[in-house]
Amino acid sequence: MVDVRTVPDEAGSLPRFPMPRETPFHPPAAYARLRDTAPVSRVRLWDGGTAWLVTGYDEVRAVLADPRVSSRRQHPGYPFATPARAAAERGERAFISQDPPGHGRLRKMVTKYFTVRRIESLRPVVQDIADTVIGRAAELGPPIDLVREVALEVPARTICHLFGIPAEERFFFQGRDHTRNALDSSPLEVEAATADMLGYAADLVARKERRPDESIVSELVRDQLHTGAVDRDQLVAIVRHLLAAGHDTTANMIALGVLELLRHADQLDELKARPELWPNAVEELLRYISVFQISPNRVATEDIEVGGVVIAAGEGIITPLAAANRDGRAFPDPDTLDIHREARHHVAFAYGVHQCLGQPLARLELNVVYETLFRRLPGLALAIDTDRIVVRQYLLSSLGELPVTWPVNR
Amino acid sequence: MSRIVVDEEKCVGGGQCVLAAPDVFDQDDDTGTVLLLDADPPAGQDAAVRQAARLCPAVAITVATP
Repeated sequence: MVDVRTVPDEAGSLPRFPMPRETPFHPPAAYARLRDTAPVSRVRLWDGGTAWLVTGYDEVRAVLADPRVSSRRQHPGYPFATPARAAAERGERAFISQDPPGHGRLRKMVTKYFTVRRIESLRPVVQDIADTVIGRAAELGPPIDLVREVALEVPARTICHLFGIPAEERFFFQGRDHTRNALDSSPLEVEAATADMLGYAADLVARKERRPDESIVSELVRDQLHTGAVDRDQLVAIVRHLLAAGHDTTANMIALGVLELLRHADQLDELKARPELWPNAVEELLRYISVFQISPNRVATEDIEVGGVVIAAGEGIITPLAAANRDGRAFPDPDTLDIHREARHHVAFAYGVHQCLGQPLARLELNVVYETLFRRLPGLALAIDTDRIVVRQYLLSSLGELPVTWPVNR
Repeated sequence: MSRIVVDEEKCVGGGQCVLAAPDVFDQDDDTGTVLLLDADPPAGQDAAVRQAARLCPAVAITVATP
């Protein structure tokens, strides 16, 4: 195991990245200090190299929309936040690791499955999954670990439905992706988990070739693989990526969102009384929590000027979405959760051509789960002191557990 | 009154425009790409259209004010 926080900074002068959080509820305080003085500034990485850390909203959007930056993990200047991330991403072949125009060709193979209309048509499915999961949690009786019983369950069961995966297989991919996303996993552990997931995705593709069904994977086999539009390795990489992107992110947003709502009881009471406020509250929770906390990363392919700084071709760039979403110039009083604020312009799903493809699905799941949970269990409360809550060292802002309780009338 | 131009080549199918201004933008069912329903919407749509252009991750929506 490697603890990235104990690696000494031999050069001394540059701040190291990733930066530790002072509290579970806010990004590192260093983001705000840097944003005020130098919203584009150099940091030192674990491997001794440096990268540009971007902490302003406008600057993060400018970098992520700039065609002169690359997302290719194979680019020698691409910065990785930890040895585990390097091991997880270096071999990435899905479109997340490609630039236009190849990126767009591959991404467009799957955009049709995530349109606003198509995802909205899944609402009854997601509601049914949420009802089942939350109903069983209620039957278990308090206290429960909300992470295990609810937050991990709904997104995993939803992606199983979309991909035609038997629900009992969720534990396999949840475990592997957990290892991949933990920043303190060893590179060997990450490589083994990645190999497992690529093997699993390859097997899933083969299963859908033998027994086609209505799932996205079967459609991709028929429309893209068998027409020669994509080769098998590329399809397997895409399926692995979509599967991973589809469960861990939303699971952590569910758990952290419930935590924040329970910490802001007045706003939660308003939401229980006026459920029509949920969509705006979900946008604010996405902004405030910014579950994708230390990414995405890029590398400049030409000299570019951002925030008064010239980033030279070949230099790495880190654009933490949590930093952009707490910029007071874009969101007044940024460290206050306010379910009534205009937060729609947050970059919790990133920005630029790589912006999250599955965001309509994430929004749907979050709206359905929060609304259902607090309707079914209106007395839900934390069963742990807030000062004992730990946000894990993880690619995403993440809770290992969230003990909750509720009053039971017998 | 707005005059709207969309660039289907740039579009990455994120659906931000549909959420911001559903009377003006839609997505193609087969590709997810933006469909412009109304290139000259009534003035009441101005704020929603500007929001759509601002949110578009691919900067594929241009709004000209004559």
